[in-house]
Amino acid sequence: MEPVKCIHCGEDCGKHPVMWDGKPFCCNGCKTVYQILNEKDLSQYYKIAPMSGIKVDTSSAGNKYAYLDDKELKSKILDFSDGGISKVRMFIPAIHCSSCIWLLENLNTLEPGIIHSSVNFVKKEVFITYNEEKTSLRRIAELLESIHYIPEISLEKNEENKKSQKDILIKIGIAGFSFMNIMLYNFPEYLPGSQQLEGFLKDFFGWMSFILVLPVVFYCSNDYFLSAFKNLKKGIINIDLPIALGITTLFLQSSWMIFTGTGIGYMDSLTGLVFFLLIGKWYQNKTYQALSFERTYKSFFPVAVTKVKESEENVVALSDIAPNDHILIRNHELIPTDSVLVKGNGNIDYSFVTGESLPVIKKEGDVLFAGGRQIGSSIELEVTKSVDQSNLTQLWNQYQTKAESEDGIESVVNKVSQYFTIVILLVAVAAGTFWLFRDPSKAIFAFTSVLIIACPCALALTLPFTFGSTMRWFGRSGFYLKQSSVVERLSKTDTIVFDKTGTITYSAEMDTEWKGEKLSGEEMGMIRSVSMHSAHPVSRAITNDIPDKIIYPVEKFKEIPGMGITAEVKGIKVNIGSEEFITGKTTRSEAVSTIVFVNINNQIKGYFVIHNKYREGMEQVINSLSENYELHLISGDNDSEKERLLPVFRDKTRLHFNQSPEDKFRYIKRLKSEGHKVLMVGDGLNDAGALNESDVGISIADDIFQFSPACDAILKSGKFKNLNGFMTFTRKAMWVVFASFTISFLYNVVGLSFAVGGNLSPIIAAILMPISSVSVVAFATLNISLLAKHYKTGK
Amino acid sequence: MFSKISIYISLHAIVFLIIIGAIVTGGFVIAFIWAVKGGQYEDDYSPAVRILFDDDLPEKKDKENKEEKKDTEEEKPVNSIK
Repeated sequence: MEPVKCIHCGEDCGKHPVMWDGKPFCCNGCKTVYQILNEKDLSQYYKIAPMSGIKVDTSSAGNKYAYLDDKELKSKILDFSDGGISKVRMFIPAIHCSSCIWLLENLNTLEPGIIHSSVNFVKKEVFITYNEEKTSLRRIAELLESIHYIPEISLEKNEENKKSQKDILIKIGIAGFSFMNIMLYNFPEYLPGSQQLEGFLKDFFGWMSFILVLPVVFYCSNDYFLSAFKNLKKGIINIDLPIALGITTLFLQSSWMIFTGTGIGYMDSLTGLVFFLLIGKWYQNKTYQALSFERTYKSFFPVAVTKVKESEENVVALSDIAPNDHILIRNHELIPTDSVLVKGNGNIDYSFVTGESLPVIKKEGDVLFAGGRQIGSSIELEVTKSVDQSNLTQLWNQYQTKAESEDGIESVVNKVSQYFTIVILLVAVAAGTFWLFRDPSKAIFAFTSVLIIACPCALALTLPFTFGSTMRWFGRSGFYLKQSSVVERLSKTDTIVFDKTGTITYSAEMDTEWKGEKLSGEEMGMIRSVSMHSAHPVSRAITNDIPDKIIYPVEKFKEIPGMGITAEVKGIKVNIGSEEFITGKTTRSEAVSTIVFVNINNQIKGYFVIHNKYREGMEQVINSLSENYELHLISGDNDSEKERLLPVFRDKTRLHFNQSPEDKFRYIKRLKSEGHKVLMVGDGLNDAGALNESDVGISIADDIFQFSPACDAILKSGKFKNLNGFMTFTRKAMWVVFASFTISFLYNVVGLSFAVGGNLSPIIAAILMPISSVSVVAFATLNISLLAKHYKTGK
Repeated sequence: MFSKISIYISLHAIVFLIIIGAIVTGGFVIAFIWAVKGGQYEDDYSPAVRILFDDDLPEKKDKENKEEKKDTEEEKPVNSIK
């Protein structure tokens, strides 16, 4: 039988779908959205792209967006407001299809106060203009949440990347315009009999090309001059230096020829060169605008928090929280700063900070550190430190000192270009001196010809196109790189360090293993009926793993924090919990929560062993990676999994448990100082420092738009099993780079033989230079797409 | 004689055409820059989809209904205050 699919989100509804209007839904959340849309006659949403709705698992507290009523905070979020009409831009990661665009642009049907809304699909943003008198920012945010388009609101805005992409497009436009026109002017020169061309026409063409080349030299190529100059000041020769040198000589030599009337020069080659280089740069820079690789602790923390003062609750901005203030933390809310628990039962999930997968029980008077998440009823805290002084943020800031080696001094192309520049200068000088004695009239011409023809256009285009195509292919396969240079750094990696929780294991799911007497179906049903009433992750794991779906009514249910649960089923007492809770003694030194005892009718039946659930294909990935790399594991969790991981990682000395974020950071540093090129694979705040310190930091994310710390690459969690494939691919991409280098050197040898001989005519330059660029680009992109195809079919 | 003049004229025509050509292409470059600055290259997906949406949605009918509803809704509290 075909499984019943939810009309809203397309997920399997299971055996008992929620029915409404004769249609099946997987959950009440999806049904509610359908109801809202149906009521307003917006059901076309389901026709444009069927089953494209978004499923949301957890519903949040009702006043989550209360802070949007705060004037000061609101003014930071709004783009524009004159009191009557306001405009706001909201980032909604869930935008994914044409239905989303349609619904979000018809928001005013749902909320008449909205005047206009438009979607930017690439950036996953919706731009809303609304009437302040008829609606409010808070109501809009709540409306979006109610239809499951949850906006992610942050006070920081990042506009830089967009600006530079715009600049580069304009530069390409201008360079292309000049290139096209100058080619036209130079064309007669290349035809037989061009000597008979009227003198005034030659002059006219020369002057025209001189005018058109000016914006190309002084505006379009300014980045190359700036970069070459900057690096030269630091004593580094990078690829931009020979480019700048080539452009300068081309320009000076051609201008000289035009002004003296001796020819039309190489202006077409110059503009063509700049045009191709800019296209390469644009191709390489086309990154994922909606993804953020630069997250700081600020985007991890909420924007506002509930402050309690004389039993009055107020929502205030996070930065307004001072020591001694009392704050209220609700279920699933994050503790923003170090504080002391004043009221309530703390059940804190520190998995983001320490990697420990199970919540920690805290009592009144205990110190709570920033970054924990409360699971359960609300708690009241007294703040001890302001937000940016908390242990976590200080730890974070300390790591942000990593030197900016964006240009990658040790990058292959820069190494090659160092030798390249020196060799070319030597050849040019040698050719110049040779002709000085032979035929002084040709000396300067030979010197400049060498510099012109050896301009490393093909060399400079290799990397952008090889790595750019690799990056694109990775992106389509769920592996997003921050910049294309990450490809090269990945290919050099020799050591991989894994975090455990959330990286090689699922962060929220656990496996259970029963040890003890064989349970009857009835007993299993009783255990399940009791455990399903508890929200503790262990109870949920047990509930999930018991196949029996019969549910018995449960009486006298009681959950004792840190101990276990007790209840009566059909008059029989069922206790589930820690060893201490059930047997009254502790015999094991391991963390108590990994073993759960069961007592039915005052008889100890046995216990569940709780394991982390490993990601699909984890063992294969690790095994295949271990052939080429040295593997390490550092985890903030306890070592209960050591026995299971040892056969996979083989070496005891490479397994480390109970590691603090600081330890992880130092571990990476030590590996690096031993000369290793380290790849760190992690998931959260607890390894943010390590991710930053490593040569390449990959963060694994279930939702690529949320909670990925600062890193070089984001890997979709479902694609973890392909990690080895990606790594192999980067090494193959490097081979393509070297092959392209060889091709461009061959071109240079041919070109130089003309130049050294002192007979480089503009026509040879005009043919050779574009051909070398285009063929190298074609070679690089074709090879990468062939490799990608091979990889896909090879699987 | 005649051919020399015609060549002379045609050469001047080339100069004229080249200048016009440069101006026309220059115009396109300006149009391109304007389009880039106006943000037309920022989102290359939604405009293509947007054009396919039907305009005459229940929205319009709805809007009218709603405006009526709104009127009555807005009046009610006013009345109660009075």
